[in-house]
Amino acid sequence: MSGDAIIEVRDLHKWYSGVHALKGVSLDIRRGEALGLVGDNGAGKSTLINILSGTQQPDGGSISFEGRKVQFGNPRDAMDAGIETIYQYNSMVPTMSIARNMFIGREPLKASIFGVGVMDRRRMAEEAMQALRDVDLHLRSPDALVGELSGGQRQGVAIARAMHFKSKVMILDEPTNHLAVKETEKVLGFIKSLKAMGITAIFISHNIHHVFDCTDRIVAMALGEVVLDKRVEDTSMDEVLDVL
Amino acid sequence: MRRLLKIYMEKPELAGIVFLLVLGTIFQIQSGGVFLNAQNVQGILGLLPEMALVAIGVTLLMICGEFDLSVGSVFALCPMVMGVLLADGVSFWLAFPAGLGAALLVGLTNGIITIRFNIPSFITTLGMLFVARSATVVISGGFPPMIPQGAMPRDAFVAFVGPGDMFRMSFLWFLAVAILVSLLLGRTNFGNWVRATGGFLPAAQSMGIPTARVKIACFMLCSLLAGFAGTIQVMRLGAPLPSIGEGLELQAVAAAVIGGTALTGGIGTILGGIIGAVLIRVIDNGLVLSRVDADWFKMALGGLTIFAVIVNAWLRKKARAMKVETNT
Ligand SMILES: Nc1ncnc2c1ncn2[C@@H]1O[C@H](COP(=O)(O)OP(=O)(O)OP(=O)(O)O)[C@@H](O)[C@H]1O
Ligand SMILES: [Mg+2]
Repeated sequence: MSGDAIIEVRDLHKWYSGVHALKGVSLDIRRGEALGLVGDNGAGKSTLINILSGTQQPDGGSISFEGRKVQFGNPRDAMDAGIETIYQYNSMVPTMSIARNMFIGREPLKASIFGVGVMDRRRMAEEAMQALRDVDLHLRSPDALVGELSGGQRQGVAIARAMHFKSKVMILDEPTNHLAVKETEKVLGFIKSLKAMGITAIFISHNIHHVFDCTDRIVAMALGEVVLDKRVEDTSMDEVLDVL
Repeated sequence: MRRLLKIYMEKPELAGIVFLLVLGTIFQIQSGGVFLNAQNVQGILGLLPEMALVAIGVTLLMICGEFDLSVGSVFALCPMVMGVLLADGVSFWLAFPAGLGAALLVGLTNGIITIRFNIPSFITTLGMLFVARSATVVISGGFPPMIPQGAMPRDAFVAFVGPGDMFRMSFLWFLAVAILVSLLLGRTNFGNWVRATGGFLPAAQSMGIPTARVKIACFMLCSLLAGFAGTIQVMRLGAPLPSIGEGLELQAVAAAVIGGTALTGGIGTILGGIIGAVLIRVIDNGLVLSRVDADWFKMALGGLTIFAVIVNAWLRKKARAMKVETNT
């Protein structure tokens, strides 16, 4: 069963000065599946994915990625391993161009010393546009500021960025928050298209319809524990709402 | 209008350039052609580098989302360290780096305190303004040290050069620094990190940018440039006075802001900071030429700063409103 798991979480604990936010969470995430993570406010969903994305470190337990034990000390470690995270409050800098945003921290360089070097701006522009086309997002120019884009377009750029860097796992923490209906549809479309590309997705949302709409498996959390873990076809919205 | 706003968002220094041209024209007409004559331009260019170098550092730091009020004191401290060592007979090639080292140390301290204790850099560097000034006076013993004749290679820094002795060597140093820092900000990955850190810190962090180190590097660069600028002034004057650079921190911030740098970080250009510095020098000079009482200078500077911030804020609000439109 765990043979085809890309991520294995075992007995994960996290405390925030007195608050036991994760109380021994164990979870297998299979390669290529779309996992829906649901739970009430404060259930520990963000804490779990913050640990998976290297933003925070667990106080106990272990994580294996592709069969090997890993410890992500910072977001870069997770990104290098192939885990990309898209947050509810955007992982984009509004005052910077699309091309620059695409490559923050991973700029292609023409030459460098001690890690600082001259960016290959032509390559950045070209690859940015290609990456956007790949997710079917047609924007005028890679030089447009991200601040000029709509919320849905921004999430589209974030997803294009994750794809461009060949991420194996994409975590989306409430990516449709504060989006208009049409924009939400677009983002849900992106998530569904990940499957065809063989990318594992972890999708967090408070909207249970969205989760059932675009995932294969539902994991429900309550008060820092996993309280339900079933395939979509084996459960129902009522059952999920019941355990929350 | 839309087009104009877009240009503004991409080139925030534009308003400053326009204003500079308008003001230059007015002064030129009003002074009956004296403003742009060789001698006057020489005067402006001779003094410009000292303040513009400080403005470059402050602009970079503000784009990174932080603030430095200690630059005026570092402007005095760095050459004082050098001067005291020179007076003791230490060679320039040791004393000069020692001075710059002191400046870097101040920047490092500013950065570490600000980040480690998570306090506004406004406060950290306000404290440092007093600390560094006090250190300057203390190490000088109250009197400017006597720098031996010829101990400083003044030719390399402040001698007049160019056609008709148009500028000092300091202007060339300033140009070199301006180009280097502009390239650093605009063309390198480090520049990208600076803008991301100042533009939206959580995003920069989630993308794995070492934001603390980026900020500390900017603090240090800002201090280094202030110290270097002070050293140039001391070479021009011949002796390090403990009081030089007082009030310079505010002029440098004014220059950055007039040049379109946002107080909130992320927005601004090095060229903008330089334009702001030029504007301040031009106003100073133009008022003198117009035989206006020198006391009006600060009034003009203050008025212009507030005006620039209002205009910038208004333009940004308009730009935001425009975005909301495109959403629907
Ligand atoms: N940085 C933090 N410092 C202190 N407590 C925290 C921190 N982050 C989360 N917590 C606490 O940990 C618990 C789990 O929070 P978490 O953000 O993981 O929940 P969540 O399931 O993502 O909720 P939501 O649906 O509201 O996003 C909560 O009790 C929260 O108050
Ligand atoms: Mg959350």
